[in-house]
Amino acid sequence: MSDKAPIVEMRKISKTFPGVRALSDVDFRLYMGEVHAIMGQNGAGKSTLVKVLTGVYKQDSGEVLLEGKPIKPDSPLAAQKLGINTVYQEVNLCLNLSVAENIFIGKEPMKLGRIDWKTMNRKAAEVLARLNITVDVTRTLSSYSIAVQQMVAIARVLDSSAKVLILDEPTSSLDDSEVEQLFKVIRKLRDEGLAILFITHFLDQTYQISDRITILKNGDFVGEYKTDQLPRIELITKMLGKELSEFSYSTNNEDKAKASAKARKDISAVLQVKNLGLEGSIEPFDLDLYQGDVLGLAGLLGSGRTETARLLFGIDSADQGDIFIKGKKSSISSPRHAMMAGIGFCSEDRKNEGIFAELSIRENIILALQARRGVLKYISMKKQLEIAEDLIKSLGIKTPSAASEAKQLSGGNQQKVMLARWLATNPIVLILDEPTRGIDVGAKLEIMEQILNLSREGLGVIFISSEFEEVLRCSTKISVLKDKAMIAELNGEEMTESGIMRTIAGGR
Amino acid sequence: MKARFSINSRNLPTLFTLGLFVIMFAVGSLSFPGFLSPQNFLNLFIDNSYLLILGVGMTFVIISGGIDLSVGSVLAFSTMLSSSLLEKSHWDPLLVIPVVLLAGVALGLFMGYIIQAFDLPPFIITLAGLYLARGLCYVVSIDTIGISNQFWQDAAHAQWNVIGQNFISPSVVIGAVVVIAGVFISRSTKFGRTVYAIGGNEQSAILMGLPVARTKVMIYGLSGFCSALAGIVFTFYTLSGYALNGKGMEMDAIATVVIGGTLLTGGVGGVFGTVFGVLVYGTIQILIVFQGTLNSWWTRIAIGFLVFLFCLLQRVFESRKVGKAKKPEAKVPAKSPS
Repeated sequence: MSDKAPIVEMRKISKTFPGVRALSDVDFRLYMGEVHAIMGQNGAGKSTLVKVLTGVYKQDSGEVLLEGKPIKPDSPLAAQKLGINTVYQEVNLCLNLSVAENIFIGKEPMKLGRIDWKTMNRKAAEVLARLNITVDVTRTLSSYSIAVQQMVAIARVLDSSAKVLILDEPTSSLDDSEVEQLFKVIRKLRDEGLAILFITHFLDQTYQISDRITILKNGDFVGEYKTDQLPRIELITKMLGKELSEFSYSTNNEDKAKASAKARKDISAVLQVKNLGLEGSIEPFDLDLYQGDVLGLAGLLGSGRTETARLLFGIDSADQGDIFIKGKKSSISSPRHAMMAGIGFCSEDRKNEGIFAELSIRENIILALQARRGVLKYISMKKQLEIAEDLIKSLGIKTPSAASEAKQLSGGNQQKVMLARWLATNPIVLILDEPTRGIDVGAKLEIMEQILNLSREGLGVIFISSEFEEVLRCSTKISVLKDKAMIAELNGEEMTESGIMRTIAGGR
Repeated sequence: MKARFSINSRNLPTLFTLGLFVIMFAVGSLSFPGFLSPQNFLNLFIDNSYLLILGVGMTFVIISGGIDLSVGSVLAFSTMLSSSLLEKSHWDPLLVIPVVLLAGVALGLFMGYIIQAFDLPPFIITLAGLYLARGLCYVVSIDTIGISNQFWQDAAHAQWNVIGQNFISPSVVIGAVVVIAGVFISRSTKFGRTVYAIGGNEQSAILMGLPVARTKVMIYGLSGFCSALAGIVFTFYTLSGYALNGKGMEMDAIATVVIGGTLLTGGVGGVFGTVFGVLVYGTIQILIVFQGTLNSWWTRIAIGFLVFLFCLLQRVFESRKVGKAKKPEAKVPAKSPS
């Protein structure tokens, strides 16, 4: 394979966005007849690299070669014309048109100045047959499953000029048998000589389908490996950028475990979850959270951490399972229900889903409490200020006054305001999704300190972070997620970085 | 079995409208002597051909996910322009017709360009077009302009016999040609299919490499053409140009399209449906005429009721379809996974 020249070669690609160096001198090679996976954590630069290849972004430096010739596609369409086609997770087709039309629209066979529907339908059936799909091509696309729609999207780009096929998270909405079907098609196309770039967060799938893996980390090129020569544990350590031997035991977690075990005897569970799940989002899981527990959710990007939080807070409605709060069964079908039941949730996307930048700190803090009490039960300004001042002091929010606009605060302090908002409602359980993202180290430590304080006061906390270190530092126990499923719970001495990674690498 | 239902399901709203028309016509025939006659049926086309022509243009606009509020005013403007050119400037009719049509196309293309180039909502831009064209009517003349031109007189009074003593007018032929052209364009041309694709998912249409920008502009040009042509046909009835012609007619056109089974959200529907929509509209009118005691405003009430009904039906129909498709809600906007 490697004695041939690569069909796509990206050399020393760099791309900087305001404030972020997304890619620095990244190399990437794609050969005909191979499936190549790009792996990396959040912010590794995977999608930026792919977007440079497909013409969405223009690189600052470096060059892209297609069959040895430099190319500069300035749009996805231009890339398509060069033979670089992308099929996205959300299928970009028209559901209202027929299957055949979705394959051929824009390049319909014409006869006597009109669209030749007969030929089009026949050809469409032929193309799909090549992918082992037999469907009625005259029916509207909306009558078929996402899996079939994806096949149709692939069929659309499979005309003679296709050289490179990029599959962007194609399996996220598919069930196991559909994934198998898709993989069959991918293997077939690979054997026919197509170069396939496969992007996924699923580790198992990467090993099932890919021939070669390129790993990126923080915009840097880590390496290119043959899949069968790269053990899983190595892949994970390379993605995280550490060697296994470097991992230290987190401090005093034995104490923590003991403390929580002792506490458990006389304290009942505040949150229990039985078999909660949502098809296509997260597989059913159980969960027990006791007063004073900090449950860490650890997993790689796309493992289902945020999805778990979204289910617990009612942003997505589970299609099975039960949630018990303080032993009482609660139906949580919206964030409002969750809030009323005593659950608080700090979103990972602080800027868009959390802080109201234009409002004052006091208003930001009072929001959830006011919402919980209802619009009619006005909280007096004096009381509001009292609550806000209290929380500002206890959480150590650095601000000249409670009346300052939230946008004037640093990221860490905004995060504390989010914490304060939920603490004002006296929650039973607080879910923190990436509370330390995008804030400086000092602020991170402070936030984690606050979380531990809160748990000591009896709050149940669910802590989500992509940094295993942070999860370890904060948590009294850890649930490990992988490929949209909770695969293990780690307690006491098992709670180490290498323990988490071995669990993830161990497969299901 | 499942497959057969599904092929039909695309035409279901249109079939429903057809059924409604047949029932209404049957009710009229049973209730009123003289209702069931070939001529009464042909009169539906004679009396509503301008609405049919407007409806065909509007169908394309609505399938693309847009709306065109200017059609009534553009119709009025073309009655003013043609009567003025004929009677005040004494132009040759064969020159007047293309000039009026071009004016309609130009106005439509202009609105389409603004909508596309500046990414503005069609509702607002065509509302502006509505005022603009209505205002232009008064620029041409404040008073009614009668048309005495021989060509127009002939077109207005001509009666061509079909099936024995029953007759149709030239307007019916024009309407029929427009419908046939509309069906052809929507089904068998790249332009027509692109209109459907835009209505289905504009973003996808762009990503599939379709000429979305050009097509969107052309859709409004086509609607402008139909409006101008409908204006000319309208003067065949009234033999005059009047600035207040066609007030509120844009709403009639939209109503007939919706009753014809085209989804206001775009992507689904067709020209044939609109033909039945117009027939239903016309039948309600003659039912009320035959009934005799009801005010003609009852037409509006009936149409309003039908539009409600059809929107509800479409919603029911859609949700059923979604229910059938395999769990699209499993695709929860899971946003960026952590």
